[in-house]
Amino acid sequence: MNISYILLIPLIPLAVFLLLGFLNKKIKPAIPGYIGVLGLSASALLSFYAAYQYFFVHGKVAGVFQTFVEKTVWLNFTETLHIDMGILIDPISVMMLVVVSIVSLMVHIYSIGYMKGDDGYTRFFAYLSLFSFSMYGLVLATNLFQIYIFWELVGVSSYLLIGFYYTKTSAIAAAKKAFIVTRFADLGFLIGILIIGYYAGTFDFETLNNPEGSVILNWASTSFMGLSVITWALILIFIGGAGKSAMFPLHIWLPDAMEGPTPVSALIHAATMVVAGVYLVARLFPMYYFVEDGFVLNIVAYVGAFSCIFAAIIAITQTDIKRVLAFSTMSQIGYMMLALGVSSYDGHEGVGYMASMFHLFTHAMFKALLFLGAGSVIHAVHSNYLKDMGGLRKYMPITNITFLIAALAISGVPPFAGFWSKDEILVAAFEQNQLIYFVGLFVAGLTAFYIFRIYFGIFWGKDKKYEHAPKESPLSMTIPLIVLAIMSIVGGFIPFSEFITADKSGFEAHLNYPLAAVAVSVGLIGIILAWIFYKKENDLAERFSNAFGMFYKWTFHKFYFDELYMFVTKKIIFKRVSAPIAFFDKKYVDGTMEGIGNKTVLISEKIKGMQSGRFQDYAFFFISGTVVIALVFIYMWN
Amino acid sequence: MIAGISIYEILTLTSILFFIGIYGFITRKNLISILISLELILNASAINFVIINKYLFPENLQGVFFSIFIIAVAAAETALAVAIIINLYRQISSVEVEDTEIMKF
Repeated sequence: MNISYILLIPLIPLAVFLLLGFLNKKIKPAIPGYIGVLGLSASALLSFYAAYQYFFVHGKVAGVFQTFVEKTVWLNFTETLHIDMGILIDPISVMMLVVVSIVSLMVHIYSIGYMKGDDGYTRFFAYLSLFSFSMYGLVLATNLFQIYIFWELVGVSSYLLIGFYYTKTSAIAAAKKAFIVTRFADLGFLIGILIIGYYAGTFDFETLNNPEGSVILNWASTSFMGLSVITWALILIFIGGAGKSAMFPLHIWLPDAMEGPTPVSALIHAATMVVAGVYLVARLFPMYYFVEDGFVLNIVAYVGAFSCIFAAIIAITQTDIKRVLAFSTMSQIGYMMLALGVSSYDGHEGVGYMASMFHLFTHAMFKALLFLGAGSVIHAVHSNYLKDMGGLRKYMPITNITFLIAALAISGVPPFAGFWSKDEILVAAFEQNQLIYFVGLFVAGLTAFYIFRIYFGIFWGKDKKYEHAPKESPLSMTIPLIVLAIMSIVGGFIPFSEFITADKSGFEAHLNYPLAAVAVSVGLIGIILAWIFYKKENDLAERFSNAFGMFYKWTFHKFYFDELYMFVTKKIIFKRVSAPIAFFDKKYVDGTMEGIGNKTVLISEKIKGMQSGRFQDYAFFFISGTVVIALVFIYMWN
Repeated sequence: MIAGISIYEILTLTSILFFIGIYGFITRKNLISILISLELILNASAINFVIINKYLFPENLQGVFFSIFIIAVAAAETALAVAIIINLYRQISSVEVEDTEIMKF
């Protein structure tokens, strides 16, 4: 299979970024949007073509999907250890190409309407293109180091886009927070990469992931503190992934990242960048599974499960609709992580892996749709808060219907996309770990409840009087909504298990009817509860929140994690560790250097009188010097 | 070789000439006088070249050539210095060395 044309997929957005970035102000207002959409359409068409070629024509040889690699050596360290640049084509990278293309293209089109008239219109599209380039690069990376480079690039794009409204203090703070927290996690990733480089001697995914390869067979050769060093490396790499995917202890940046424009939230903080952590674990899945008998996968599973329920509980109490969606994203990524965590490798045992990728795909569609729908609502009422909304179904029919479809999809109601993928996840969890299964099931109910809470809050509920009657968004915004709604309906019918499995050979997936029935009924209970609470304006919700009292307050404040981190960093690290070091640095290190400088200035002040400007003085000094030297020579020479 | 006069006497003479020049160079206030003192210094060294050549290496002529060079250079230098002094005089209407201090800045 010829894969060189796939190189164009990331390069086209890069070219668009450079073009828009250099032209910036010299370009007429409407044009950047069209250039961006045009560039991304080209990339998207190439991605779809590549997917078709891979999955249906060339990809499968003797029942197994092949991996195609094209690369050049970039930096050479040793015989085996070198950093390559190239593209790697296998089922998950092709699947991610399609996901990124669809969502990014829809977001580009949507932004033409959403960002219209904004000062930074060109800049916005330039950043979007930069992000698309980085994300494509990340997906196609052939080795750990290349993925790390693009990993940081998506981090930068995310930083730039969160801080897009750079005159807003909260946006700057959120951008910094996102960058610092993910960067902190990436430190783990980097150390992991270095350990792999040192002990495994290669960065190459193909070599690392080969189940019969030397890396996986010899994982136990060196150990450190009771675990193999490779295990430690995998744990550290997972920390990097957890940071990017907003898993539990590192999740604090994601809600704040909602300060960015809504299309950005849809693209980066819902559908593509935040699932990079899941993608990373999936990319290294054979290593995670075989090294230390899946020890790290257990960590992945429990972190995923905890984040899943933790975020879902917080999502119930938030009043900013974008924050609800942010926590929902975190919760859904928790699902993907836990699915990876409970997965095995061969055949049908690998259902968790397949379910995770399936959920990644469907989630990208319906969550992007939810965000774009929320953006459409925010565009109409100019507020993020539920209290400013209500009864919007009369004003915005298309947004209403598409949002409802997405809400049904995320709640796991058949036949929408989320049902199929969530069902597979629950099946995988049920077979491996009952505790995680029940967590997943409970969260399925919570998900349905919180999403319908905001659905009813926005489109039903109280009939609010608006100063300016909200009206349906323009065509450029509703078309992406409709396309994504269609994807959310039909996405679930794609037979994922035949294309994407851990061992790449595919299997026949069946619906597990009892489990599916349980999951659907839990989801329906959530929806019905939300209906009772929020369909009509009533005080039931308030009474309940009062009844929970303390717990409600804790949840509303996101269990005070921001405050806890602030306390730890400011009061302990800054005050007890950094401040003394800074004092030492200022007082002694800088003091020495500044002292030398000050003394020099002082001495030169004293002796500058010698430079009188009278050349006879200079001549006098010069001649006396010569005389002194002459005398010295004459009397000392022999 | 000059009969009856040893090299030491001539060197003493040139040394005296040289230091008179130095003294004048440092103490004179008038730029023209300084220039004249400079000529004394140059002449003292030119005489030294000739005398040393004549007394120590009579078969060679380099010392004599050097003194001719020195005379030529001194002429050029004087012309240049006088030109500068004239220009300076046009600017500040003075050839006193104290008044040239403004050139420090």
